Amino acid sequence: MNKLFFKILTLTIGFSFLYFPILTLIAYSFNDNKRVMVWKGFSFRWYKELFHNEQILEAFYTSLKIASLSATFATVMGVMIGFSLTRISKIPARPFFIFLSSSPLVMPEIILGLSLLLFFISSNHIIGFPSSKGQLTVLISHITFSVAFVAVIIQSRLSSYDKNIEEAAQDLGTIPNMIFWKVTAPVILPAILSGWLLAFTLSLDDLVVASFTTGPGANTLPIVVFSKVRLGLSPEVNALSAIIMLIVILAAISIYLINRSNIKK
Amino acid sequence: MIKNFKKQNVWFVFTPYLWLVLFFFVPLALIFKISISVSEWGMPPYRDLFSLSENGFEINSTLGNYFFIFSDPFYIRSYLNSLSLAFTSTLLCLLIGYPIAFYVAKSKTSIRNILLIMLIIPFWSSFLLRVYAWKVLLQGSGIINSILIHIGLISEPISMLHNHYAVILGVVYTYLPFMILPLYGYLVKFDLNLIDASNDLGAKPLNTFVKVILPLSLPGIVAGSMLVFIPVVGEYIIPEMLGGSDKLYFGKIIWDEFFVNRDWPIASALAMSGIVILVFPIIIFQLMYAKYNFKNE
Repeated sequence: MNKLFFKILTLTIGFSFLYFPILTLIAYSFNDNKRVMVWKGFSFRWYKELFHNEQILEAFYTSLKIASLSATFATVMGVMIGFSLTRISKIPARPFFIFLSSSPLVMPEIILGLSLLLFFISSNHIIGFPSSKGQLTVLISHITFSVAFVAVIIQSRLSSYDKNIEEAAQDLGTIPNMIFWKVTAPVILPAILSGWLLAFTLSLDDLVVASFTTGPGANTLPIVVFSKVRLGLSPEVNALSAIIMLIVILAAISIYLINRSNIKK
Repeated sequence: MIKNFKKQNVWFVFTPYLWLVLFFFVPLALIFKISISVSEWGMPPYRDLFSLSENGFEINSTLGNYFFIFSDPFYIRSYLNSLSLAFTSTLLCLLIGYPIAFYVAKSKTSIRNILLIMLIIPFWSSFLLRVYAWKVLLQGSGIINSILIHIGLISEPISMLHNHYAVILGVVYTYLPFMILPLYGYLVKFDLNLIDASNDLGAKPLNTFVKVILPLSLPGIVAGSMLVFIPVVGEYIIPEMLGGSDKLYFGKIIWDEFFVNRDWPIASALAMSGIVILVFPIIIFQLMYAKYNFKNE
């Protein structure tokens, strides 16, 4: 009895800590007062203003575009790295390749952002590319730090499954190219999908690297939100938080239901 | 290993290889170059390392930026603050996260799956907005002050924002899921009969925990701690949103040197020193830990 009580107490306090701030934010998004924390009455006022805020809508669109492109490129290269490191023996300067593909994981994003910005400025001086900072430079930066995360996921999947399948395919005369497409790729498909999703959220959530590498016309959603809440509070951002939470909760519930029905089958 | 792969599919290795050299390694080398350059007015705001002038070939390199950083307690303190923030918050995340992960992992399957989804939801939702939530809560007119006044603990709103306690709270809150999820991953595989066996053999609960449960969940503890420690060391957003001027952190100092003071050489030297002081220890630890694991297997 004592043990059960302690367990329920721990879980209740833990989950309250995780959810209390989020739920408060959602509750106050319906507050009809410009001063965020003083309750005046229930309204959808800030949702209406949010949907008429061109700046936020445009930033949202920019973020989605950069995130999906970045995730796709990062996944393709992450798979290449994961496959190369686990399956190809002759890689020139292999330790250097391992260093390159794993150290973005431990590099503080502020250093990553600074180095990429200085790089873009210098290369613009020397070869005139990139002609200006903007969506392209943010995209390149996001691909660069996401690749390492995808590579880790792919690598751990590849090293945990039986290589004999590939060797069997090889013995049966399958040409090396086809081994990847017909044997390896289908097996690691779930890892590829979760790699893509991780890269997508990393890009969508990134503020620091994007702040360094952005330019005119490339304000991502975190950059716009940060400029609104850096010095004060914003009721529109409360409404935005509530919408994002709703999307995340719906996604989580649908994944839960899909999982459950899969298990039942 | 696949034979004959190399000849036909050189691009498979070299596309990502080239990309990382170009956009990861070259920029880092560039930071190093700028960090040993002399700053000057103009664009770019530093002098070229090598130059040809009337005086002939000149090398304008200096370690002055590094001397400048390490002779100023202001910068040294910011490194120490970042390290201590990372240590404190990793420890707190572990202390809060471990019991949660443990009890979630010990729950019945049906409840466990729901709790797991509830752990993943904050993990997925926007980092920036979760920090912002605390900014809303801790306001002078915020809900926590209102509650404290209502129950009579305080009579005037106290200022809870803009100090390093708010930063620690914000860090622990946003990074807690990064600690819980890997811990859960190891604890859920853990055979509960081992606890019963240990109890049956007469071990006290504390002994069971220290001698049985803890060693078996060590990989989860290390993984979770890494996921918290590494990003917190360079954290910029949370100190900027919740912190004040009582403690300054490394991430914010670099940001200000670059964007406010426009001193590229100093910002670059700070970044390079940051890599040596904050990132190298992590890499060394990971290598040692990998070796230790390898020996034990």
